[in-house]
Amino acid sequence: MTDEAVAGARGPASRSARSVGATATSPAVSLSGVHMSYGRRPVLRGVSCSFPAGAISVVLGGSGSGKSTVLKLIGGLIKASAGRIDVAGRNVVGLRESELYVVRRSLGMMFQNGALLDSMSVFDNLAFPLREHSDLGRDEITARVHESLAAVGLEDVDDLLPRELSGGMVKRVALARALVGHPEILLVDEPFSGLDPLSTKLIEALLVRINRQHGMTMIVVSHHIPSTMRMADRIVLLLPDTVVEGAPAELRSSEDVRVRHFLTEETDDSEAVLAKAAEFEQGERRPERRGGAGAHP
Amino acid sequence: MNEAVTRIGRAANGITEELGRLAAFAGRILLVTLRPPLRFGEFWAELFKIGVLSILIICVSGVAVGMVLSLQGYTTLVRFGAENSLGAVVGLSLIRELGPVLTALLVTGRAGSSVTAEIGTMKATEQLDGLRMMAIDPVDYVVRPKAWAMAVAMPLLSAMFIVSAIGGGYFVGVHLMGIDGGTYMSSMENSVDFENDVAGSLLKAAVFGVIVALISTYRGHQAQPTSAGVSAATTSTVVLASVTVLVFDYILTALWGV
Amino acid sequence: MSANGTRDFITGLFVLVGLVALAYLSFTVGGLQYSGDGGLPVYALFDQVAGLKPKSPVEIAGVRVGQVSSIGLDETFRARVNLELDSSVKLPVDSSAAIVTAGILGDRYIQLTPGAEDEVMKPGEQIAYTESAMVLERLIGKFLVNVGDKSKDEDSDAEDKEGTP
Repeated sequence: MTDEAVAGARGPASRSARSVGATATSPAVSLSGVHMSYGRRPVLRGVSCSFPAGAISVVLGGSGSGKSTVLKLIGGLIKASAGRIDVAGRNVVGLRESELYVVRRSLGMMFQNGALLDSMSVFDNLAFPLREHSDLGRDEITARVHESLAAVGLEDVDDLLPRELSGGMVKRVALARALVGHPEILLVDEPFSGLDPLSTKLIEALLVRINRQHGMTMIVVSHHIPSTMRMADRIVLLLPDTVVEGAPAELRSSEDVRVRHFLTEETDDSEAVLAKAAEFEQGERRPERRGGAGAHP
Repeated sequence: MNEAVTRIGRAANGITEELGRLAAFAGRILLVTLRPPLRFGEFWAELFKIGVLSILIICVSGVAVGMVLSLQGYTTLVRFGAENSLGAVVGLSLIRELGPVLTALLVTGRAGSSVTAEIGTMKATEQLDGLRMMAIDPVDYVVRPKAWAMAVAMPLLSAMFIVSAIGGGYFVGVHLMGIDGGTYMSSMENSVDFENDVAGSLLKAAVFGVIVALISTYRGHQAQPTSAGVSAATTSTVVLASVTVLVFDYILTALWGV
Repeated sequence: MSANGTRDFITGLFVLVGLVALAYLSFTVGGLQYSGDGGLPVYALFDQVAGLKPKSPVEIAGVRVGQVSSIGLDETFRARVNLELDSSVKLPVDSSAAIVTAGILGDRYIQLTPGAEDEVMKPGEQIAYTESAMVLERLIGKFLVNVGDKSKDEDSDAEDKEGTP
């Protein structure tokens, strides 16, 4: 799908004027002193960071640094052992599942593999949350579903099953589903994983447009640096011992060598890549190509 | 020696904890059942997957078991000149024991494992998390219809098994062994009593249905979200449910005062 | 929710077939009987009810009209058998009740023989005429005694054949 087609697609119908649960000064989501371990392995140690309302924030970090964990903590899917997580004005740490449901009504989550219900068609997948939680009539639901699909540039996919969709389409449908409930905050887990360069650009463009059109707060977990540098208003970089936050330009010229190395793509030498990898304790790092114009191996 | 005792203690602890979790899970299912929406459509769809799709294996196995039972019964009874009681022997064995127990074991293998695999796979592909993020309880939407469908299907399938087996037994006894058809049926009807036999059979099937429903959904829900985890959960469902059914068979038989 | 109509229909069939199978097992094979409305409770006193059980059927001319609801002992040490008959039964007040056996070694049940009076029994009344259960051992004993008496009259050796009355 070309950029023009994306731009030309009908935008979402007007949303009800909604005040995002935070003012310009207080962030939509913030973590304070959050501790979290998987069994005996500590993943987050006293992490504090904040995500401003209406902005696109990208969480970066090496494999195993806990970036997906942060997203799941915000959504309440996993529980922190200590700390405070404020989401749209409420601390979600220690809430019961039934209380979390209330918070989640203002959240939308786009999962890495889509997490679409595989026994239902695309239409039913999107209509599902509306049928469960709203009193909308059939026609209204149909309108909203098509509105969301159009916002991600999809048409005529209503009757397809998730297994009949390509990888890029799955991601777009997942995004559409996260949007169909008109959430205040959008959580996005690795939107570009497994996508070809064109699809990557497309998803990036969609996210940016939705943010600009609706002022929707977005928290994106990604390891795709080029897209991050282009679209992020704020970056939260999880390093083994600390968290570095700021605007992309700030971080790029950071004094911390590790931060700069993470974000820039000067290196093409395998030795240097291996040396860089050693700086980040856990797991593998993909070698970065020179001159990143969105291409990611 | 100490080591062994410690391990026994830990195992006992583990089992008790597991039972407690299972009971808590059962409680959750009951709680969400009591709240609207009814989700009847999902229940009915699961009843198709669990019940209708099991009909073939149940009826075929039923006929086979009935035939064997009749053959074995005849050869033994004929030694005592009591071959006219074949109908009673076949009918009572099936209704009291073989019907509910074999049905439960077959259904565990076919539908129980499939339920566990389905729920486990949904967990592995984050579909359950997706539901939670949409503020829908996976126990309500996914587990509840499957559990109820399993509990309802079991007595129905057990009855079908028994009837198929009586038919199979009739074929062998009457057409192969030469017993009079009327004798076969009347000997069965005279010795089978609703209160003592059929009601107990129904009760067993219902209890087994609940057992398999709980174990298969619980295992799926608790599975490790990997393919190895789903596979382990599926195996564990079949083993655990089968053993539990057999143990409860004894308990119910003893309690029913047979 | 896109419902698959065919599947739903088949599921309905499955449930129906299952219920039919259950009904067959319960009623035809298991002998469960619709116990009637039990609207006419009456009772009868017997000297001997050996083998009669609660829920044993009550028949008139071979047709089931009710069942035994309970059996107890009254002050005169006779067995009081409470019956529940269908409310549609118009039983004359001079009817009689007998405990009979299905076959020689079968189950006991109550057979009512209607009387000739116009007046019918009302709930709670007693069936006056009763015939107790036949106990096979006693019958054999009686038979042996009778045979012994006969022989005694005819032949003095008959004393050896005397059985217990």
